[in-house]
Amino acid sequence: MCQTCGCAIPDHLQHASNEHDVHTVEVLEGLKAHNDEAARHNREHFDRAGLLVVNLMSSPGAGKTRLLEATIEALGGRYRLAVIEGDLETENDARRIRAKGVPAVQITTGSACHLDATMVHRAAHALPLDALDILFIENVGNLVCPASFDLGQHVNVTLLSTPEGDDKPLKYPVMFRASDLVLITKTDLLPVLDDFDVDAVADHMRRLASAAPVMALSSKSGPLDAWIEWLEAGLTERRRLRFHPASSPGGHALLSRPSRLDHAASPDT
Amino acid sequence: MEPSDVHELSLCRSLVRQATRVAAEHGAPRIRRVCVRIGPLSGVEAELMHQAFPLASRHTPAEGARLEMATSPVRVHCPRCRQEANASVNDLTCPRCGHWQTRLTGGDELLLVSVDLAAPHLHPIP
Repeated sequence: MCQTCGCAIPDHLQHASNEHDVHTVEVLEGLKAHNDEAARHNREHFDRAGLLVVNLMSSPGAGKTRLLEATIEALGGRYRLAVIEGDLETENDARRIRAKGVPAVQITTGSACHLDATMVHRAAHALPLDALDILFIENVGNLVCPASFDLGQHVNVTLLSTPEGDDKPLKYPVMFRASDLVLITKTDLLPVLDDFDVDAVADHMRRLASAAPVMALSSKSGPLDAWIEWLEAGLTERRRLRFHPASSPGGHALLSRPSRLDHAASPDT
Repeated sequence: MEPSDVHELSLCRSLVRQATRVAAEHGAPRIRRVCVRIGPLSGVEAELMHQAFPLASRHTPAEGARLEMATSPVRVHCPRCRQEANASVNDLTCPRCGHWQTRLTGGDELLLVSVDLAAPHLHPIP
C-alpha cells in the first residue's frame, strides 16, 4: 500500500505487469498543482505590496456586490480599495463599484463557474497594487466550484443570505470549511422569515470543525461595525507580517493562508 | 449542467496536462489509464470527472485512456481523545467524545496517483 495516501498501488502494478505493452508510473501529485503554483505567485505579489486580499464567495444573489457598496461607504475613504469582479457575462457589478469611486477590474468568465489564480493574476496586473490597502475579489456566485481554487487571497469570506436557509454550511461543507468568516446577510428580512436561526449557522460551522466567526448584518440597514473591524484587524495583521518578516528558511509559510490548524490549536470557546 | 459549466472540466484539463507530461518524460506515445484519488471533501464529483475526462483528453496522448477513481474516507484526529476516527462530510466532530475542534487527516485529497503508459518500443503507435 502506498505510504503517502494509502492507495492500492501494488494492485495497479500487478495489473500492469500482466500487459506487455503497458507500464505504470507512480505520480502522486495534486491535481491543482498548476493553480496552486499560480496562487502562490499571486500571494507573493500581494504580500510584497502589503495589501489585504479578501475573496468573497456565495450563492448568486446573496448580496456580494451590495455588501461591497456598503463597505466602501462605511470605510469612508479611509483606505485605498479595489475590486476584481468575476461574472459570467456582464459588467454590471463592476459598474456598480466604479460608481462608488473605486477601481474595478471585470473578469468575464463566460461559461466558467469559478475564478482561478491565472485569471486573478491577469486582473491584478491591471491594478496599482502598491497603492492599495484592501483588494476584494468578488468570485462567481456559486457555492460549489469557487471553493476548489486558491486565488492567492489572504482570507475567504462566505456570504449566506437569510432567504437561503441556515443549513447551507451542512449542504456545502467544502465551501464553508474553506471560509475564514461567514457573513449572514439580509438580516433586515429576518422578521418575515420564520425558519432562519442565526445561532444555528454557528453551530453548523462547529460541526464542520471550523472556528471561523459568524457575523450577521444587513448591507441595507447595517450595522456593519463588526465586519469593518474584522477587515481592519486583517489589514493590521498583514502589515505586521510585512514589516516583521520571518528570517527563518520556513518564513515562506507566512505567505500562505492562515491554516485551520491554528484555529484547532486554540482553546475551547 | 453541461460539462463546460463545472470545475471538474478545469481539473480534468490539469489532470491531462500532468499525465501528458509524465508520458513525455518516459517517451511514451499513449496513456492507457489514469488513476486518481479523490476525497469526499475535495469538492469534486466523480461522475462529473468521468463526463469531463473525454472532453479534456481529446487530441492528447490521453485520448481513449481509462480514468479510474478511488475514494478515500473522511478521517479526523481528535486532540482530546488523541485518536483518529471516521467522520462524515458534514459532521467532522469527534464521534467518540463530540469535541468539535478536530483536525481533518483524510478526505480532501485530489491526487493523480499513477499513469499507465504504452511502451513505445514494444508496440508502435496504433
